Amino acid sequence: MKYISEYREAELVKGILAEIKRTISQPWVIMEICGGQTHAIMRYGLDQLLPPEIELVHGPGCPVCVTSLELIDKALVIASRPDVIFTSYGDMLRVPGTDRDLVSVRASGGDVRVVYSPLDAITIAKQNPDKQVVFFAIGFETTAPANAMSVLQASSFGLKNYSVLVSHVRVPPAMHAILSSTYNRVQGFLAAGHVCTVMGYWEYPAIAEQYRVPIVVTGFEPLDIVQGILMAVHQLEQGRHQVENAYPRVVTLEGNRPAQAVINQVFMECDRKWRGIGTIPASGWCLKSEFSEFDAETRFPISEIKPEESPVCIAGLILQGLKKPFECTAFGTQCIPEHPLGATMVSSEGACAAYYRYGLKK
Amino acid sequence: MCLAVPGKIIEIYETGDLKMGKIDFGGAIREACLAYVPEAKVGDYTVIHVGFALNLLDEDEAQETLRLLRDISDLNNELTNTLQDES
Repeated sequence: MKYISEYREAELVKGILAEIKRTISQPWVIMEICGGQTHAIMRYGLDQLLPPEIELVHGPGCPVCVTSLELIDKALVIASRPDVIFTSYGDMLRVPGTDRDLVSVRASGGDVRVVYSPLDAITIAKQNPDKQVVFFAIGFETTAPANAMSVLQASSFGLKNYSVLVSHVRVPPAMHAILSSTYNRVQGFLAAGHVCTVMGYWEYPAIAEQYRVPIVVTGFEPLDIVQGILMAVHQLEQGRHQVENAYPRVVTLEGNRPAQAVINQVFMECDRKWRGIGTIPASGWCLKSEFSEFDAETRFPISEIKPEESPVCIAGLILQGLKKPFECTAFGTQCIPEHPLGATMVSSEGACAAYYRYGLKK
Repeated sequence: MCLAVPGKIIEIYETGDLKMGKIDFGGAIREACLAYVPEAKVGDYTVIHVGFALNLLDEDEAQETLRLLRDISDLNNELTNTLQDES
């Protein structure tokens, strides 16, 4: 097994699509939470192959897109300091702040470096004891174990020049927010496979029960996605609302216990502001007080920022599944990946970037 | 962001206090932290995200899912072919 090619077999995908077509009897709205799934759906044209009764709406599972403008602006101020090496996942570099992005900070002389893993940022901190190394710790539950481990490593090495700018977000509170909105149209969910790899899916039955929505843990290959949709459609057609796992080769009910232990050691729940959506109670993780010395917001107190969003960008409505990218007047004209107005046009997981890249007009 | 790529563990070692490994992604070799998969051994497949192994892949589950999907798919492809032959 290679665990990739088997899940891209066209005949197999076609057969599952035919089963979906045979099963469905009425329109259903299904949300894929994760932006990685949105891109896979567009890349393989699955949305064009599904029966017209299925409407896929794209969820907020794009950490780059939902990191608040305030935090981006703070990052830009910190990254501009001459004593700082600012490290980040590559996706964040072009995310527009109020008046610039990290690429333009770098062009103006700021030391901004892309890292593959937060452990690379730790290495940079060790190699540059005379500089303050800041890591932009963004991400959902999937990324939290890595970011948390970097804090534990900094603590065990006694690094005084490493800190993290934390913008962690969690999926279940976002699902509550979407489902309890008066505008909600979502009738079933494809849960994010790699978030569940870390956290398991034991938190989801309560959500499925409370809002009477089926939730199917789903992977990222074309076959995984059509399987997730088929299982959701089966439930919707039969009037069931259960939690099912379409990604059992990777995801278990309880998730990765050692990873959860480290997350719980380093982080605690906090309210978190989501870009374009607003504050969702208990939807984030921030550093526990015993690790506050590694908090970049404490180390570099900033008060002078005045965050202001683009007046045209409708990223917030897109992230909530209320609008599609082509409904935005700036889409593909004023707003393109090279000159994005909103974060959804930047990230490799953003819905606008996916529509733009794969030429979707409707 | 949450993309994680399956790869095969080809070497395991300790760096400082961390369990690390070399992972083969279809020919490209990269280092990853194996701290969250303490049971990992050389030859296991794992999914890697930002340099960390998130879990080991379960081959039995993988085979079982593929078998089920193949059954559904074969049945539907047969049905489609039959309908096409009849029309």
